[in-house]
Amino acid sequence: MAFTLGFHIVLACIGVGFPAIILVANYLGLRRNDPVALELAQRWSKVAAVTFVVGAITGTVLSFEMGLLWPEFMRRFGDVFGLPFALEGIFFFTEAIFIAIYIFGWKRLSPWPHFWTGVPVAIAGIGGAWSVVAANSWMNQPDGFKLNADGTVTDVSPLDAFFNGAVAYEAPHMILAAYLVTGFLVASVYAVGMLRGRRDRHHRLGLLIPLTVAVIVTPIQFAVGDTAARSIAKDQPIKFAAMECVQTTDTHVTEYIGGRCTSDGVKGGIGIPGLDSWLVGFSTDTEVIGLDSVPPEDRPPANTLLHWAFDAMVGICSVLILLGLWLGISWWRKRDIPKTPWFLRAVAVSGAAAIVALECGWIVTEVGRQPWIVYEVMRTEDAVTEASGIWVSLSIVIVLYTALGISTVLVLRAMARRWREAEDVDVPYGPRPPTQEPPEAPA
Amino acid sequence: MSSADAVAAVLWVGVTLYAVFGGADFGSGFWALIAGGGDRGSRARALIDWAIGPVWEANHVWLIFMLVTLWTAFPEAFSSITSTLFIPLSLAALGIVLRGAGFAFHRVARRRGGRRLAEAAFGVASVLTPFFMGTVVGAVASGRVPIGNAEGDPVTSWLNGVSLLLGALFVAAGAYLAAVFLVSDARRFGDQQLVAYFTRRALAAAFVAGALAIAGIFVLHDDARYLYDGLTSEGLPLVLLSLVCGLGALVLLWRGVARGVRPLAVAAVVAVIWGWGAAQYPYLLPETLTIEQGAGASETLTAVLVVFGIAVVVVLPALALLFVLDQRSLLEEEAPTE
Repeated sequence: MAFTLGFHIVLACIGVGFPAIILVANYLGLRRNDPVALELAQRWSKVAAVTFVVGAITGTVLSFEMGLLWPEFMRRFGDVFGLPFALEGIFFFTEAIFIAIYIFGWKRLSPWPHFWTGVPVAIAGIGGAWSVVAANSWMNQPDGFKLNADGTVTDVSPLDAFFNGAVAYEAPHMILAAYLVTGFLVASVYAVGMLRGRRDRHHRLGLLIPLTVAVIVTPIQFAVGDTAARSIAKDQPIKFAAMECVQTTDTHVTEYIGGRCTSDGVKGGIGIPGLDSWLVGFSTDTEVIGLDSVPPEDRPPANTLLHWAFDAMVGICSVLILLGLWLGISWWRKRDIPKTPWFLRAVAVSGAAAIVALECGWIVTEVGRQPWIVYEVMRTEDAVTEASGIWVSLSIVIVLYTALGISTVLVLRAMARRWREAEDVDVPYGPRPPTQEPPEAPA
Repeated sequence: MSSADAVAAVLWVGVTLYAVFGGADFGSGFWALIAGGGDRGSRARALIDWAIGPVWEANHVWLIFMLVTLWTAFPEAFSSITSTLFIPLSLAALGIVLRGAGFAFHRVARRRGGRRLAEAAFGVASVLTPFFMGTVVGAVASGRVPIGNAEGDPVTSWLNGVSLLLGALFVAAGAYLAAVFLVSDARRFGDQQLVAYFTRRALAAAFVAGALAIAGIFVLHDDARYLYDGLTSEGLPLVLLSLVCGLGALVLLWRGVARGVRPLAVAAVVAVIWGWGAAQYPYLLPETLTIEQGAGASETLTAVLVVFGIAVVVVLPALALLFVLDQRSLLEEEAPTE
């Protein structure tokens, strides 16, 4: 499950973030009569078609896995936190319908109506992400039900479950992450192209449009993430303690960057005295709850990994903000991207870095919640299936997804190569069949 | 009607839509698989690509709709089914991955080898996925899924007469629907040769599906008595309706009439599904778990009904738009002969 989710999360991000970036290009192309922007939008939509399919099938697999792997979890809580999935179903449906219209509508639909068929895709992507994350944040901060003494679930309120305490920061954090990851990822592809000497307008725009989206989102993401961390310190203190390697509850807690977590504190790493307390409550007197507040069996595993994942996420986000500042200053002074190849090199690795940050964030929220599947309500080991053969199926899944990932990349590369070789295979919004009315805005 | 019954009806709508649209989609994959090489085979495959390209993803969202409704409204049934039937469901999920990836990749693959591989994955998975889903349905229908975490037999629950028969029937029914739809698509595209080609296949698939259905009567009689009794009492009118529609569609196909074939073929499938629903009522898992017993919290059932209402308002018009644009040939990247 972890593996398939870790795979799906990247594609889901592209599915949420890409449509908006495509629409920006489409809009610019129509507004400014810019055939290059239109061509980018059209090609990107074809790429999105492929990633959307892979995202959709991996998402379908996940919905199978909910039952295949966690039948006890679903049996007890399926009716409590199922509503977000039902809503996500609607959003996903809308997305699937309009993405099909948008992708297949380039030739025969009129330009502006065609643009508008893409808008629901972007909106549904946001709604769908919100819904799915609502289900996940419910696992972090369960709400909307009561437990009887014998463990049975009563007084179910699906709305309270949907609007649980964690969704208000988790969902925006995830949606912004989607824009951030997609923006840097797409930009990095064009940065590589420019480093190889392809300096035409096509590559410049292909770099600038997604990169602009990403650098605008990054600082906002940093602030949202900061709020999220503070909320976690309050509502899921054990997760926070594990993220920051806080062993004992105390005030004036040192913030460690890097290092190895042991039961007597952090070994190695850079320590800044009092900063952790200050980050939690804007005062070094703030008490931070430590791991010793719960028995060892209730503490998350792989403490060092968690701590590193958290630091890596924050670190990468900070570096990406600097990258954005670099671009911003250069644009402000010269109306151009920085001349040095080091800028392009930085952008070229930013996509991979953003994905690493994404996976780290996901590790923090999921591994940090262990040993619970529903925080302080149900243990993961009590949720799992008793069917045999999980290990076989895990091995098959790993092989299959590796193949899937490789073929996705190969197919996208093949598409790119074909586009480079045959420049004019498709022209957006034309040629149009003679029976139709002439296009409103010649492109 | 209680709210649990209402949600069960909603679930059944999802099952029906998935059977019709998803089934036709799987069936198209079946025809693509056996079309073979050569000029005629590749033209048939091109028509299939052209026909299902814009709509196939939307067709499969119904599956997600079913799964989500089942686990939200009937968590007990969901977890019992998924844990006992771990193997066929995993295989069906595997098929979905291979099929989707195969279809998405074969359109854009550059090398012939890659394209062939993707096409093969799409075709083979189009047969295996509905087959395994059929075995799952057979396991549920014949009462082989007890309540609990993997309480049923992991193998014989879905490797038995009823399951195998239903697996085969699902493949045949999908192939039949697909062929009927492809006849219309070929006509829309103006290729008379392909019209004849898929008419022959639709007739063949109809006979196979009919034969399997007749064989099914005997298998159900021996092995799924509750369902058999239901189909021959409460469900009987719908079974007969399905028979009439199926025969009507056959006659029209035989005579080459364009209008009315698709509605009749769809009606035949829909009627038999609702006949099955009527026969199994009031059980989710025949003779172990009723709809009322398996239902989740009543607040959740209400919420599911509200969400379904929203879906009807939001999704159906969008879906209608998609199908209208598709049928008017406004959604295409390139002509199918290219």
